[in-house]
Amino acid sequence: MSLFMSQVFNGLALGVLLALIATGLTIIYGTLGVINFAHGALFVVGAYAGFSIFTATGSFVVSLIGAAVVAMAVGLIMERGLIKRFYHRPHEDQILVTFGISIVIVEVIRGIYGGVGQRVPLPTWGEGAVNLGFLTYPLYRLEIMAIAASVLFACWYVLYRTRLGLIIRSGIEDAMMVRLLGINVQRYFMLVFGIGAAAAGFAGMIYGPMVSIVPDMGFRVLIQSFVVVVLGGVGSFPGAILGGLIAGQILSLTSLINPVYSDVMLFAAMALILIIRPQGLMGVEGRA
Amino acid sequence: MSQSNESVIQSSQAAAPAVHLGNPTLMQRYGALLVAGLILVVAPAVAPIIGAGPDLLSRVLIWGIFGLGFDLLFGYTGLLSFGQAAFYGTGSFITAYLLTAGILDNMLLALLCSIIGASILGIMIGYLTLRRSGIYFAMSTLAFAEMIYFLEFGPLRDWTGGENGIPGIPEAVVDFGFVQFFVGFGWPMYVFLAVLFFIGFAVARRISLSPFGVILTAIRENPERAMAVGHTIQRYKLAVFVIAAAYGGLAGGLLGMFQGYMPPDAFNLHTSAELVIQTVMGGAGTLFGPLLGALIWLYLYEVLQFVDSVGPYWRLILGVIFVILVTLFRRGICGEILAWRDRRMSKRMAAAVPPTVGRSAGSDVHAKLVMRDAPPMESGRPVLRADNIAKHYGGLKAVKGVSIAIEEGELRGLIGPNGAGKSTFFRMLAGEIQPTHGRVYLRGQDITGIGVTQVCQMGMSKSYQVNTLFDQLTVKQNVLMSVLGHKRGPFKLDALKSVEGVRGATEQVAAVLAMVELSHRADTPIHELSYGEKRRVEIGLALATGANVLLLDEPLAGMSPEERVQTVALLKKIRKGRTVLIVEHDMDAMFELADRITVLYDGNFLAEGTPEEIRNSKAVQDAYLGGMEEDE
Repeated sequence: MSLFMSQVFNGLALGVLLALIATGLTIIYGTLGVINFAHGALFVVGAYAGFSIFTATGSFVVSLIGAAVVAMAVGLIMERGLIKRFYHRPHEDQILVTFGISIVIVEVIRGIYGGVGQRVPLPTWGEGAVNLGFLTYPLYRLEIMAIAASVLFACWYVLYRTRLGLIIRSGIEDAMMVRLLGINVQRYFMLVFGIGAAAAGFAGMIYGPMVSIVPDMGFRVLIQSFVVVVLGGVGSFPGAILGGLIAGQILSLTSLINPVYSDVMLFAAMALILIIRPQGLMGVEGRA
Repeated sequence: MSQSNESVIQSSQAAAPAVHLGNPTLMQRYGALLVAGLILVVAPAVAPIIGAGPDLLSRVLIWGIFGLGFDLLFGYTGLLSFGQAAFYGTGSFITAYLLTAGILDNMLLALLCSIIGASILGIMIGYLTLRRSGIYFAMSTLAFAEMIYFLEFGPLRDWTGGENGIPGIPEAVVDFGFVQFFVGFGWPMYVFLAVLFFIGFAVARRISLSPFGVILTAIRENPERAMAVGHTIQRYKLAVFVIAAAYGGLAGGLLGMFQGYMPPDAFNLHTSAELVIQTVMGGAGTLFGPLLGALIWLYLYEVLQFVDSVGPYWRLILGVIFVILVTLFRRGICGEILAWRDRRMSKRMAAAVPPTVGRSAGSDVHAKLVMRDAPPMESGRPVLRADNIAKHYGGLKAVKGVSIAIEEGELRGLIGPNGAGKSTFFRMLAGEIQPTHGRVYLRGQDITGIGVTQVCQMGMSKSYQVNTLFDQLTVKQNVLMSVLGHKRGPFKLDALKSVEGVRGATEQVAAVLAMVELSHRADTPIHELSYGEKRRVEIGLALATGANVLLLDEPLAGMSPEERVQTVALLKKIRKGRTVLIVEHDMDAMFELADRITVLYDGNFLAEGTPEEIRNSKAVQDAYLGGMEEDE
């Protein structure tokens, strides 16, 4: 029983992380109509930037914020430098260019840090385990859940409860109309791209202490967040969260039965969704 | 405006493949094959000069074969798959397993099994991933390829060898039963692969020029219109997906055989990614592109690896080149060369032949425009009938329950102020959208919500208010897409036939062009036409489906006075023998053309009658005066 519960918790930790990454992916798609194949690379940027800052300062909190800021900066450079030229080109071209950018980013990181894995140590406040009564569980993972959940809440708050969010959501519906109302949509679009990138970078850093980080880890994360997005529905913010939580549980609970099948089951779930509800659980028909 | 035009042209997917109609010259038909053959023969002589040996060339050929299928899928059909590794890996595994487990000892048979196995996997993955298009397709193909990867490394590892792969694949032997010979390493292997590549190339080229291949181009250019002119595009997509999988399976099988070892990283997502990169660099939609891309990729890899200062950065360098090519030269190297050649050719042609002026050019063609046969309706029974159809979008009731009945041979006008629900009503009739309630009948058959493709095959076609054409193709090729839907039906796997072999197609295209008076513009790409000409192509596409019932959505919208006169004359011409329903804002034209007019107002039926009755109707006048401020 306690093994089962600890897997549920592991799934939850993984789930909120995937939700965070997929949220970045889905708000960029929802607003800008671009599916960012470099999203996994931004995750890696966050992890490595956080690693460097941690090595230099020794402060986990600073490196967490630094990771988000660096990933955001890289995202903004990408958007201003290249991606904005692709808004009017077919989706296939957008996929190709973001994919190309992801190769460049990953290879630059490999050039700087080398291909061997690096370890980000646990922050001092994340060491040890907590006794929850029914289960003793690593403290850091509980903290991750709390941090990621609050970031997700902040994203939700910005998108649904502020003026900025209103403009962004209207931009999703009809960018031309928003522009006609005298709002500089371009600037908001840039901001959205930055926020999406920051979410990926932030996730990269909090993920760091749980695994050893390598330049190639972004691809797997990218694919898992694609599955999350397909499960939840492209462009849907609640869909990304629901999809992330489901994906997290599938991955961790099936490994209880047989770890070999856990990834396979994730994709099987995606196949099932494509058959019974192609637009995704929370997706809207006709978008994408 | 000019900027947006530019971006449209820039975004043109790959080089448009040649779609010939009439009698292509020998050079057009076999030129590409000749070039491919020459390259394969000359390569062994040239390659050693730049330091490329037979092994490198053999690898390039394997990737080239892999790429032929992918090019049909991506370059021709526009479907960007990031999951081709699944088929490459599966093909590689099947050949390796059959040959090492002692189940088969004939290599060619094992390769055949690879092709079949990969195709079956292609049907399964294609069925799932093609349920959504665009970005969903790219994402889900990538995800399913990962699924296959995990299957290979996990549950199936007893057969696949997991991360060890399958070693010990016997040396290649070509065995036809009556004759057999060993394929040694080095140049003999190159020759063997070159022969296979040439066959694969010839087949792919043939497919690209077949009616089947032409429709793939239509799907790339404008999937909605391809459906509307009567093609079940879902089946075409699945078919080409399976063809690409088959090529992948063959290439994978060859890889195992070439290396004597099945490498498990064939399943890796890097395989899919490299295929995409190579194809785009070389030029998608050219068939040569993937081969050239593979040469560049593998050659740079081999060369850069041994240069100490840049060795570790070879992927970075290729990544940067890739980004630059995608941004500035989307057609890729081969595509840019072909585009340059075409531009030069058309310039020379323009210099040699003065453009034919005047619109009489087409009138000397006497080919008859063929219509689909339709049982004549008993008098009094309408050809097209809608029973109280309505469409609600959430709380918004766009159409609140309208009935209409149109007689054989009638020209009916449908008018109403903006927001009256005309377009929604029209789209329900055409089968584009499903009514919330009510039913639509064509010649007594229920067609409610059966979809545009089916409706088109039953003899009713719609022209669109906003031009919905195949912009990168010529006028003739556009019309051909409709004609093929008529002559071949909703789906036909005639991938190895020629377009000229479709009976009556050439005549029908000529007849349509003459009817809409565009014979002199037959070989002009759509994006070079004037607005008025595009509107006539729009009507031409509907006519060319062989439709005997036409739904025309604002055929006069946005026309200059001169164009308007011309189009009114055209409408008078095409109504002969056809039943026509026209939505139009141009009242004068409607009063001149229509037998009867139906008026919608605010989602409701308002009035119906002869033009004279409508003109004098108090209700109609009120509706229009009341709706004036919205209208103008």
